Amino acid sequence: MNKDILVVIEHIRGEVADISYMMIAAARQLAETTEGEVLAVLMGSGIENLAGNLAADKVIYLEDPQLANFTSDTYQQSLENLIRENNPRAVVLGHTSIGMEVASLLSAKSDLPLVSSCLSFSGENGSVKFTSQLYGGKILAEGLIPEPIALLTMVPGGYKPEDGQSSTPPLVITAAAPQFADLEISVKQYIEPETGDVDITSEPLLIAVGRGIQLEDNIEIAEELAEAIGGVVCASRPVVDQGWLPTSRLVGKSGYQVKPKVYLTLGISGAPEHTEGIAGSETIIAINTDPAAPIFNIAKYGVVEDIFDLVPVLTEKLEES
Amino acid sequence: MPIRETFWNIPHWAEIAQYLLGLLAILIFSYGVIRRVRRWLKGQPERRIDHIRSRLWSVVVQAVGQARTLHDIYPGIMHLTIFWGMIALFIGTILATVDWDVTHLFFNVQFLTSWVYVLYELILDIFGVFLLIGLGMAIYRRYIVRPDRLANMPGNGFIWDDAYVLIMLVLIGITGYLVEGLRIAVAQPDWAPWSPVGNAIGNAFIAFGDPSNRFLHYALWIIHILIAFVALASIPYTKFWHLIAGPVNIFFRSLEPAGRMSAPVSEDEPGVKEWRDFTWKQLLDFESCTRCGRCQDVCPAHASGFSLSPRDIMIKLDTYMWQPANGHNMLGDVISADELWACTSCLACLNICPVFNDQFSAIIDMRRYLVLEGDVDPQLQDALANLGRYGNSFGKSDRMRAKWTKSIQPKIKDVRRDEVEYLWFVGDYASYHASMTDKTLMMAKVFQSAGLDFGILYDGERNSGNDVRRVGEEGLFDMLAEKNLVTFSKSTFKTIVTSDPHSFNTLKNEYSENGNDHYSVLHYSQLLDQMITSGQLKVSRKLGYKVTYHDPCYLGRYNGEYDAPRRVMSALGCELVEMPRNKENTFCCGAGGGRIWMEDPPEVTERPAENRVKEAASLPGVSTLVVACPKDLVMFQDAVKTADLEGKLFVKDLIDLIGEATEMNLAEPKEQN
Amino acid sequence: MNIVVLAKLIPDLVEELEIDDSGTALDMTWLRLIINELDDHAIEEAILLKERTGANVTVLAPDIEGVDDILFTAAAKGAERLIKIVGDYESGVNNHALARVLTPVMKDLQPDLILVGVEAHEDLDGSIGPLLAGYLDLPFIGYVASIELEDGKATATKEYPGGLSVEMEVTLPVVLGIQVAEEPPRYVAVSKVRQAMKTAEIEELEAGDFDLAGGPTIDRMYQPEVSEGATIIDGSLDDIADSLIGIFKELGVQ
Repeated sequence: MNKDILVVIEHIRGEVADISYMMIAAARQLAETTEGEVLAVLMGSGIENLAGNLAADKVIYLEDPQLANFTSDTYQQSLENLIRENNPRAVVLGHTSIGMEVASLLSAKSDLPLVSSCLSFSGENGSVKFTSQLYGGKILAEGLIPEPIALLTMVPGGYKPEDGQSSTPPLVITAAAPQFADLEISVKQYIEPETGDVDITSEPLLIAVGRGIQLEDNIEIAEELAEAIGGVVCASRPVVDQGWLPTSRLVGKSGYQVKPKVYLTLGISGAPEHTEGIAGSETIIAINTDPAAPIFNIAKYGVVEDIFDLVPVLTEKLEES
Repeated sequence: MPIRETFWNIPHWAEIAQYLLGLLAILIFSYGVIRRVRRWLKGQPERRIDHIRSRLWSVVVQAVGQARTLHDIYPGIMHLTIFWGMIALFIGTILATVDWDVTHLFFNVQFLTSWVYVLYELILDIFGVFLLIGLGMAIYRRYIVRPDRLANMPGNGFIWDDAYVLIMLVLIGITGYLVEGLRIAVAQPDWAPWSPVGNAIGNAFIAFGDPSNRFLHYALWIIHILIAFVALASIPYTKFWHLIAGPVNIFFRSLEPAGRMSAPVSEDEPGVKEWRDFTWKQLLDFESCTRCGRCQDVCPAHASGFSLSPRDIMIKLDTYMWQPANGHNMLGDVISADELWACTSCLACLNICPVFNDQFSAIIDMRRYLVLEGDVDPQLQDALANLGRYGNSFGKSDRMRAKWTKSIQPKIKDVRRDEVEYLWFVGDYASYHASMTDKTLMMAKVFQSAGLDFGILYDGERNSGNDVRRVGEEGLFDMLAEKNLVTFSKSTFKTIVTSDPHSFNTLKNEYSENGNDHYSVLHYSQLLDQMITSGQLKVSRKLGYKVTYHDPCYLGRYNGEYDAPRRVMSALGCELVEMPRNKENTFCCGAGGGRIWMEDPPEVTERPAENRVKEAASLPGVSTLVVACPKDLVMFQDAVKTADLEGKLFVKDLIDLIGEATEMNLAEPKEQN
Repeated sequence: MNIVVLAKLIPDLVEELEIDDSGTALDMTWLRLIINELDDHAIEEAILLKERTGANVTVLAPDIEGVDDILFTAAAKGAERLIKIVGDYESGVNNHALARVLTPVMKDLQPDLILVGVEAHEDLDGSIGPLLAGYLDLPFIGYVASIELEDGKATATKEYPGGLSVEMEVTLPVVLGIQVAEEPPRYVAVSKVRQAMKTAEIEELEAGDFDLAGGPTIDRMYQPEVSEGATIIDGSLDDIADSLIGIFKELGVQ
């Protein structure tokens, strides 16, 4: 009977992504039900130090120059090998630009069942259930995690990164990567992000606008509020794709992960692509006309109002005081 | 006895030469005319020869009578005096030719004798003065006053063309008087005082004595004749061409309702890419433009700093159709997409054009091509995609269209199921826009309490497509109209009423093209007017407000309804103070033609709506701007904020006033959505 | 150069989603289906590549209500070949099943490049691009924002969080998951789509039986409880604004 939970640690250029800690936190919960161990898989070259604060029982560190940069084929082949060797109950990956494609490739190539967009897990009587977030977070789906080995990709929101961190360094087992075959992908170069006027990752108060802002002109009302309160405006993908705000203001899966004291959202529905980037916020305050908007599930405070009605009033009051 | 001594002092060879020259001038003139006609016949076909009588009458009123030209006082009088001065002199010349070369030559009879001749001389002398006064006004205006609309022409070729016309006319007038004066100085006929100007000149020249005056007369006569023939021959090659093209263009003008746009020539590939894709009538438009710039003066886009000038569109297309090669593309190099997208479809330009050009149809046809190429502003693209998918520009579910009715009791009838007298076509803005919810609820309440038999289409209604069509997305317009028409055909009602003048326009003028005339269409201002007049709607409180009113383009200029909303306001006890630009001279809020779905470019200095609210706010004692169009409400409410008039000017919908005057309150507090 | 784009119709989130009586699936009667936005980007990217390199573009989609519209729209944009996969979709299909069905189809079409939206909001069993790549034994790169083609190789720019991107080179054939096209998807005039309806032809291929293995079974589907987590502040606009300012102060940001 398979018991262990493998967690594929995601890191980019020497930094562990927050999702990895959340996955470890989730894996800890799963391992409790399966009575197994949490095995973190760290793949790369010269990054052993990244294992230091992972709250895993063991870290399997695959050291290989060909793993220095992520490519889906090296990851897939390495994991295929590890799964065969370890027979885990589940392999947890991020539902991200790294984990998502590796999980699907593995599922097809190794004929393993896959559950994606998992928000949380629960266990009873030895069987484990997943709760996945579908349709832009508007629907949750539950089911049993397929047996014997399942691949799981996770979205943020269900677990806190702190719960996947530990001050005691875990046991690190360094292993060699498998003999890679038929590699077709090679990394040519990284393209640095545009350096923007502000660094939204270090701002204490962010005011986020999404599709609900409707027009470029309307960004002004967010800017005015930001000015009145001393915050910075950031945005979800649609706003940046329209070119209304620069990439330096993009929050979410394809943008920045932010950790402000207060994250105030104006007309953001809370699709997972966006909320992924704000899990580190201390307090989220959401304003949206739709009371069923998923953003209210992760916000501490919510206001069901039209931003075009409320924000000008708020700005005015802030200016007065 | 007074008699016209034709060819006095003129040798016989010069007389013969004059006829030969005249013939040559006519040949050159004819060649030019044929060349012009052939060029515009290269355009696409378009039928414009129905209703011959109204067409001729148009020419009489507008070309001969100069009715539109006179709307603008100074240039109107200026042009009228020049025009009638020249016409009179031209008729005089014809009469003289008939007198000498027909009646005298063949029958040895002259009719320009005795008192007829004296009167002839007097009249021509007076009209000559008119001509010179008009020309003086023109020179003063063009070269001293230099109004904007005559300046900054695209291309520089027109400086000389404009000057040429004035110089030639001045020369013809002055040499004409001099020839007359010198003849009088030498011949000194008894009836000379009947030519007051000629006589005065004659008296001035008497001192020089006979032989020199006789020679001077002879020389000036030749110059006068030469200039006249050059002017005649040059008509089809210079700005003089408007003498012909103008009246012809007026004759062939559209007699369709202003609100009914022509469908594209080709349904499969709508739009105009090259000059030959325009219809012959549009090409004639470009040729007829006299560069007077009135359209530019009234254009809201131009006033706001957009790159559009309807005048320049005409001028550039005229220039391009004569030199199309040059390696330039018509769209892009000659006419930019920005210019075309700037148009608000307000029709101010074609409403003021003295030669009845249709600048808007040219703009639309080029827009149609841009749409076909997918060359549209990203926000407009979103709006169009939403309209295609959901039937509204807001991108909201069609099932949410009637969400505003939730609190209404009793439930509003569904016209698709229940027979009603009035189908209330609510429209996108009134259905979905947050600022409109109160007005829409109030309208329902007013209708219900007046016992009006009405219903709505709920989620069966689609955007009417008026502005979609004016964006140039003809296929989408067809699709939306088809869907609405199918719904209409399955419902039983007598009249459609809508608060949206845009929907009103297309429902009234464009939906009925295919013979769906079993219902009539009313704007809510018209229905409210009827309801108040008939006593169905009772006004319980006279408001006593001092208000001003903005005529929506699509209600006023498009459909000529100026009185109904004014009657309603007066019935409610409002004192109406008119803005300087009212009724057919109303100034567009900037929302039409799809502009409400587009982003303003950075060069826009003052948006049309801001310009308009400032006009309203400048009226003494007026703090309420009444509107009768949901888009106006949205545009002006926003403009009041950006123009810093908050608290000074309040924008109210006509239905707000009705609500106050009938003391109706919306029972439910404003719904949280 | 042959490019095949895979497009899918998915529920439009503008509509309220309802769960059917079984409690394990969406109620289809209230659904409006639209093209997956990212698939639309994939089509646009293919058309851009066609315009740059003269490639042939085939667009392929499962035969679900509305598929003709999206295929004809693609034709109006410039796609040469349109194929719909006919089958019994009513009883439920997942990405594994679809990818299995598409595997022999792709082998027949022999594309140099397969483009597909990198994900769809209804994916529960992984995304179809890498699944298909897995079955076809082709390399996969996801979250792609631009593509250059040269000498049997593609250079794809993959997006990472934080604005960082990476250029990856890959030997053709390859499956690329598109995050965003280099230009926003273009507008297609309705008249152009109507013309495509007259001239373009949609080929039909049989899907055969769907094998759902590899995906999970859903025991329960539900809408998250309204405002599960958030404390809702209500009242008049003034009251709300005052409460918010109070919260800002409390949290030390004002």
